Amino acid sequence: MFNQLTEKFGVIFKKLSGRGKLTEENVREALAEVRRALLEADVNYKVVKDFLADVETKALGAEVLSSIQPGQLFVKIVYDSLVELLGKNAELIKTAGAPPTMIMAVGLQGSGKTTFCGKLALQYKNKGKRVWLAACDTQRPAAREQLKILGDSVGVKTHLAGEDAVAGALEARQRSLEDGADFLIIDTAGRLHIDEELMNELAKMKTKLKPTEILLVLDAMTGQDAVNVATQFHQKLGLDGLVLTKLDGDARGGAALSVRKVTGVPIKLAGVGEKLADLEPFYPDRMASRILGMGDIVGLVEKAQEAFSQEKAEELAERLRKKSFTLEDFRQQLLEVKKMGPLDSLAGKLPAAFSRGMEAGFDENGLKHTEAMLSSMTPTEREKPHIIDGSRRRRIAKGSGTSVQEVNQLLRQFEQMAKMMKSVSKMGKFKADLLGRLGRF
Amino acid sequence: MGFSFEKLKAGLTKTRQSFFGKVREVLGVGGLDEATLSRLEEILVGSDLGVATAERVLSHLKEETQRSGIARDREQVLSLLKSEIKSIVVDNGSPGDFEESLFAQKPSVVLVLGVNGTGKTTSIGKLARRFAGSGKKVLVAASDTFRAAAIEQLELWAKRSGADFVKAASGQDPASVAFDAVSAAQKRGTDIVLVDTAGRLHTKTNLMEELKKVKRVIGKALPGAPHEVWLVLDATVGQNGLLQAKTFHQDLGVTGVVLTKLDGTAKGGIVLAIASELGVKVRYIGIGEKLEDLELFDPEDFVEALFA
Ligand SMILES: Nc1nc2c(ncn2[C@@H]2O[C@H](COP(=O)(O)OP(=O)(O)OP(=O)(O)O)[C@@H](O)[C@H]2O)c(=O)[nH]1
Ligand SMILES: Nc1nc2c(ncn2[C@@H]2O[C@H](COP(=O)(O)OP(=O)(O)OP(=O)(O)O)[C@@H](O)[C@H]2O)c(=O)[nH]1
Ligand SMILES: [Mg+2]
Ligand SMILES: [Mg+2]
Repeated sequence: MFNQLTEKFGVIFKKLSGRGKLTEENVREALAEVRRALLEADVNYKVVKDFLADVETKALGAEVLSSIQPGQLFVKIVYDSLVELLGKNAELIKTAGAPPTMIMAVGLQGSGKTTFCGKLALQYKNKGKRVWLAACDTQRPAAREQLKILGDSVGVKTHLAGEDAVAGALEARQRSLEDGADFLIIDTAGRLHIDEELMNELAKMKTKLKPTEILLVLDAMTGQDAVNVATQFHQKLGLDGLVLTKLDGDARGGAALSVRKVTGVPIKLAGVGEKLADLEPFYPDRMASRILGMGDIVGLVEKAQEAFSQEKAEELAERLRKKSFTLEDFRQQLLEVKKMGPLDSLAGKLPAAFSRGMEAGFDENGLKHTEAMLSSMTPTEREKPHIIDGSRRRRIAKGSGTSVQEVNQLLRQFEQMAKMMKSVSKMGKFKADLLGRLGRF
Repeated sequence: MGFSFEKLKAGLTKTRQSFFGKVREVLGVGGLDEATLSRLEEILVGSDLGVATAERVLSHLKEETQRSGIARDREQVLSLLKSEIKSIVVDNGSPGDFEESLFAQKPSVVLVLGVNGTGKTTSIGKLARRFAGSGKKVLVAASDTFRAAAIEQLELWAKRSGADFVKAASGQDPASVAFDAVSAAQKRGTDIVLVDTAGRLHTKTNLMEELKKVKRVIGKALPGAPHEVWLVLDATVGQNGLLQAKTFHQDLGVTGVVLTKLDGTAKGGIVLAIASELGVKVRYIGIGEKLEDLELFDPEDFVEALFA
């Protein structure tokens, strides 16, 4: 969905995590790149400004400057701010106390309203609900026929409005009520937010019909103007939710951020194709993760799953949650990683935030030595690394044919990694799950 | 002039503060200092030009003002900015020149394409009216065999505009509809064929292949056709518009853009990026949903109208 923006963030944070500490200077530099990425993603420039100010304030706090993993923490701050901006949880469509629940789809011309109505009807129908459609686009040629065709293919009844859209909606309410419908989904004509006459028509429909929800259907490819559109629709109608369409393309979808920010209205659903089944809930946290440079996660998860058994992954995820990452885990992963093929190709797919740890722990040359050292440890040592004192270190070095310095280095790296894991696992359940599935770190 | 300032301006300024009105305001405060430049960047980016294009325009503006020492003169900086932007979209010859070459052969075939919902079918209706109005025999072909009621929609536009209409027999694919339409046009003495296609995202390889096939098959029905390939672009689109244009251009050789929905508050600034990166120019603009809401795009007038 938001691939290009994801790539951008990946590059930015790789740069940042390659440095020692967060200074005012490099935060500003990273922010400038975040700014550019967001603008290129069509986030409205005013929204970008606010967002960056927010992130900067958080990033320049002492907490970050004194931390050991500034890059990761910066990632976390940007990530958290994005999630906050997009809304914490996926929100669903409300249902009415007394049926039918009436949902009105509104928006600019061609945004995907009619298609969305058909998709939603299918979704409710599949849940065993009794659904009615109301074709109230009395403006566009063949608009009512379009909805009727969709309704027929879903297998629900469609009421066709006559000349008057508002009257048509009221008739549809009456008919669906008499038919004992659970849901009535109302399609309206596309209109410009500055078209007073047609905006008044919607306001009138709202007053008379009293719909349960009014959803603004917005094209994910929309540019800077999304803010104006959403603001005016919201002012006029009091929106209950947003539907983002055409997310199956390569639009970065910054409009989602903009619109959410200026209206505060939750994004509830996402259109991901032209077919009726192509409707998904909108997950703000997932969206933020994608935006945040999580790399080609899907590809990596698939690859990892082939090599890494499900139980082991779950076990690790469990430990991760309890924050007890041990040298034994490290060793297991090392073995699993070896199954996955060349390290370079993996590192490229890893989220930027983690590639540093990857480079440190798993460079191809050190791999054999690391493996040897880990094998020379006793199981207890691997589970409780803190017991490895000077004499144990000498023994391990000897047993693995390495030096005490190398053992020290390994233990230091491990410690860093364990710390990183802690901060990472705090970043939220989604990431922990994901990392668990990845079977590493 | 074929371009009506009044109509466009009325549409453009309804609630928005006009683009260059804002520029004037900004330049009024002080010369072209850093603060002004960054405000100008916001204005340009806010019009969907994109960061890269905005930066390019502004760095050029800065150089020029410094070179000629006019940085403190508001009117001169403004006119420099005007010509800077104009130079990107300006075309050789006068607006509408290409319409003459459009009718150099008979029939002339125009393939109309673009992502979903941009206004292809509606624009074809308006174009059919425009050409029919100047005495041409027009045929529209319903090669969108995918979307619900797309054929019915185009049929209504054909009736309104007085154009001939060719649609699929059931189960026909888009390419064979186009083939039938072009063949019929040759027999009927049609001047121009407008082929409507289903909206598709440029990222869908199979659908882009389908479109290539439509183009190939049109060439089989009439060697040398299609003579024009027009990309219909929604003025509200953001930076994705450039990716759309790039991919459609690469795959199908776009010869012109129809920029729709300029009657809203969106600025359509992405066409500047498209013109400068791909050299593809805007031919027509859509300024409403009615039959007559189509204008020839005149870059000169367009920029002037915005400055007004
Ligand atoms: N790729 C893709 N196309 C979509 C999606 N949703 C809708 N479309 C397409 O977008 C185009 C416009 O969709 P409609 O549902 O007719 O849009 P609308 O908002 O009802 O349009 P008007 O009634 O004319 O204002 C059609 O070609 C749809 O197939 C989506 O999620 N992905
Ligand atoms: N305000 C305004 N609306 C327009 C303009 N051009 C088209 N529309 C509207 O935009 C919507 C989509 O137009 P269509 O012609 O169906 O778009 P399309 O590209 O053929 O759509 P698909 O075939 O589904 O991809 C309709 O509601 C049109 O009335 C315009 O210039 N201004
Ligand atoms: Mg519709
Ligand atoms: Mg169409």
